[in-house]
Formats: sequence, structure tokens, C-alpha cells
Amino acid sequence: MLDTTKKFEVPEGVDLELRLAGPVIRINAWLIDAAIRLAIIVVAFFTLTWLGKVGIGVMLLIYFLTEWFYPVFFELKQGATPGKRLFNLYVCHDDGTPVNWQSSMLRNLLRVADFFPFAYALGLLCMLANRDFKRLGDIAAGTVVVYREKESIAISILDAEPTPLPVPLTLTEQRAILDFAERHAYLSESRQQELANHLSELTTKQGEEGVKELYCYANWLLKGQ
Amino acid sequence: MKQAQFEQKYQERWQGFERLIQDLEKRKNKRQISTDNHYDFPKIYRDICSHYAIARQRYYSPVLIRRLHALVLAGQVQLYRHQTIWLWKVFEFVLATFPQMFRKHIKVFWLATALFYGPAVAMGLACYMDSQYMYSVMDRWQVAEMEYMYDPENKNIGRKEEREADTDFMMFGYYIFNNVSIGFRTFASGILLGIGTLFILFYNGIVIGGVAGYLTQLGYTETFWPFVSGHGSFELTAIVISGMAGLILARPIFAPGNMTRINALKRAAQDSIQLMIGAALMLFIAAFIEAFWSSSTSVPISVKLGVAAVLWAGVTLYLSLAGRTRSEH
Repeated sequence: MLDTTKKFEVPEGVDLELRLAGPVIRINAWLIDAAIRLAIIVVAFFTLTWLGKVGIGVMLLIYFLTEWFYPVFFELKQGATPGKRLFNLYVCHDDGTPVNWQSSMLRNLLRVADFFPFAYALGLLCMLANRDFKRLGDIAAGTVVVYREKESIAISILDAEPTPLPVPLTLTEQRAILDFAERHAYLSESRQQELANHLSELTTKQGEEGVKELYCYANWLLKGQ
Repeated sequence: MKQAQFEQKYQERWQGFERLIQDLEKRKNKRQISTDNHYDFPKIYRDICSHYAIARQRYYSPVLIRRLHALVLAGQVQLYRHQTIWLWKVFEFVLATFPQMFRKHIKVFWLATALFYGPAVAMGLACYMDSQYMYSVMDRWQVAEMEYMYDPENKNIGRKEEREADTDFMMFGYYIFNNVSIGFRTFASGILLGIGTLFILFYNGIVIGGVAGYLTQLGYTETFWPFVSGHGSFELTAIVISGMAGLILARPIFAPGNMTRINALKRAAQDSIQLMIGAALMLFIAAFIEAFWSSSTSVPISVKLGVAAVLWAGVTLYLSLAGRTRSEH
């Protein structure tokens, strides 16, 4: 399937999937972070310059830290900068494990190279050419920016009299019927009927009746008699 | 087994695991773990993994699979979270990891040394013999400013302003901001085929060598050398190490060995970042020495040169001996 997911296998022998974040949402997150960093520096400037030369010294230190270590601090603390967090993104290694300090430092120091020659041009090109939307820093550090999965809402299928399938179906086909039944809350009634009508050969029914019949099958697949 | 039975059978375990993960997430920074349940974490995690695999194998419904997937992913994050003591890590890094890593790549260090000190010595000699060469890298205002800073008549060596305690602190902030940033740039531009690193090493070598040669030729030896020799031990060595880290980052693109370029790069990057962080710590120390010691005018020159000799010897011994193991020669 063509999709923006990254698959990897964990030592326990199962495949997991990560949903990769593309350039646009990452630029948005970066803009938020840039605004926060600017705010920190402006506040530091106006409060500390009153304190004379010691104040200027402290301000230069704060400027240095926000310039280089702002993303590192937040990535180690919570996996994402405030900007990324706002858009439900986080940074992890290629194998889904949380970033350690080496990887976080790497991907953030290498922003210098990604920024080259101006405004992250090289980093953006690199992201567009890379399968996993990695900029140079991500390639070197072995990290990806991915979406945090939303809390899955417990959806249950509608109760109906379990009815055995009239003909044997493959597992994929059975799963399609289950998927249909689980999505009932997201589909309008007419759309449900439209979909169910495609299976009128199986259900021998049309419209509302067909939908109900599919729910019966789904119940049978899920629970048996 | 039908899905409903499967869910009923393991529902409690899954809910327990969910609670466990929430617990662990909340307790992020505290190491005390309350319930006995936590000790079973890896076992429960493996069970959930197998439930996930079974659910997929049997084509159970997408919602269930998604739920188990989320559980496995959250469990993996908790299982592989780094939980070592922060301060201990810093000690370990400074006392062993960094100097070991330095010696592992010592050849690259000599290469970076040549790339930095080579141009420095050449430019230094050129400026010493003919001061006109200085103007090829600096304009005359910069030259005049530099001359003023190290003029023996000037009471505030190495600076334009009066020397007071608060000026020291301001300069400390400035040195950190300026020097560490240069170090980071030297390193990071290594990934652009090493060109950036080569350029920064070469350029800084020329400027620093040129200034040294020019001022020596002017006869400002008693102000210039005592000022720079102390912090130079940490600063110049750290700049060379930043360059070394940048070159290590550049190497896999040309010579990946028997790996793909991307894998070779990832591997080299893990080594190079440790060198860079070590170099950044050295630049911090250098900034401290430069701001609070090098600029002091009340200390006799002989003491300053003596301290400088001790510092150079210290840096050399630290990098060549710290964290040595039996297997290392």
C-alpha cells in the first residue's frame, strides 16, 4: 500500500507502524517554535539589559542556549518541542524508541547544514527526496518525526442476530465486513446503504435490509452463535 | 477462537497494562516504583505483543488491532526508555567516553591539526616577515583595533573596554556564545562533503596565525602571548576536535567501507557527536579561563606562562590517558 507510514519489526517479532509527518506540518511546528524562541530572547533582552554588563553576559548565555539547545531540551524531556507537541508530533528513532541525547544533539546541531544555503532549503529538498521525510539531521541521527496516535475511542459494532455467511469468504473479505460494521458511527445511513448495495449478490437484499444483513454477518464473525 | 471470546479473555490484562503505562508515564522522573506489577512489565509486554500478532494473523477487526498496536507501541517506548542517572552519565562521559573516542579517531585528529596549524604557521611566518600580509585577511580598521587591544600601553589587554568584574562576566557570555557556536558550525558543516569544516579550519588557522605573527613582529610579545597561551590550550584543541568531528561526519560519503552510505553515516555520526560535545565542554572551560584569568593584568607574566604550560600539559595528558583500558595501546 502506498502510504506515509514506516514499518519496523521489534525484537518481540511483531511489525509496528509509525505515521510519518510531512514537510508542511513540520514547517508549521517550526514556525511556532521560532516564535517561542523569539519571545524568550525578547523577554530576556528587555529584562536583563537593565542589569548592566552582568545582564548582557546572562543574555548572551540565554541566547546561546535557545539557539542551540531549545529543541534538545524539549526532545529529551517530552519527545517533542512545544511546536511539535501542538501538532501532535514527536521525534523518535527509526525503531520507535525514544531519542537519546546523542541523537537529539545530532539532529539539532545539523540544522546548520539543513539551513544551507538559506531558510532550510537543503533540508527541505532532502525531506522531499527521502522516503521517510528525513532532513540531513534525521538521516545522520537515525530519527523520524511521527504523529502521536490519537486515543482510540472504543467503538463497538451494533448488536444484531448473528447470521452465518451464506458462502465462505476469505479472511480479507471477512475483515472488510467487520471494518464496515465498526465504522457505522462515521458513515451516514445513505452511504451505508450505498456500500451495502455493492454486496447485494451476497446478502440478496437492497438498502436498509442489506445493511442490517451485513451487521448480522459481522456479529457472527465476531461472536459466533 | 472468535474475536469476542478473545477480547473477553484478555480484556483485563490489556486494561491492566494500560494502567501500568499511565503509571510509568506519570512517574517519568521518579525512580521509585510502587506496585509489584511493574516488575512483570517486560513479561506483560511480550504477552501483548503476541496478542497483537495473533489478532493480525486471525484478521480480527481493525479497531481491535489498532488498540493492540497502540499498546505495543506505548509499551516499547516505556521498555526502551533510558533511565540512567544523569550525573553519573556526565562523569562517565568526561572521564572515559570522550577521551576514548578521541583516541579511537586519533588519525583524523592529526589530519585536522595539520589543516588548522599548517595554514596558521605559514600565515604567522608570512606576517612576521612582512606585516603587509595581515591586510589580506583583515581590513585596516580590524588591524588597528587588534593592535590597540594588545598595545603594552593599554591597561586592558585583549579588550577594548575597562576591565572590571562585571565586564569579565559579560565577556564570558560572549566567548561562550561566539566560540561554541563556531565549534558547532565547524562540526555540522562537515556533512556538506566536509567542505565547510575544511574552510572554517583553514580560515581560522590563517586569522589566528596571522594575528600571532603580526603582533610578534610589532614586539607586543609580552601582552599577546601571556594572554592567549592559557585558554589557547583548551580553545585551540577544542576547535581542532570540532573539525575532527566534522571530518568524521564527512568521511562516510566518500569512503563508506563495506556499508551503505546511509548506514556508514549513521555510525560515524554517533562517534562524531560525542567528540563534538566533548569539544563544546572544552570550549566552555576555555571561555571561563579567557574571561576570568587571561585578561587579568595584576598577575606577573611568568606566572601566566607557567599556568599556561600546566594547562597545555593537562589537556595533553587528559586526552592521551583518561579512561585508558588494558586493551588500548
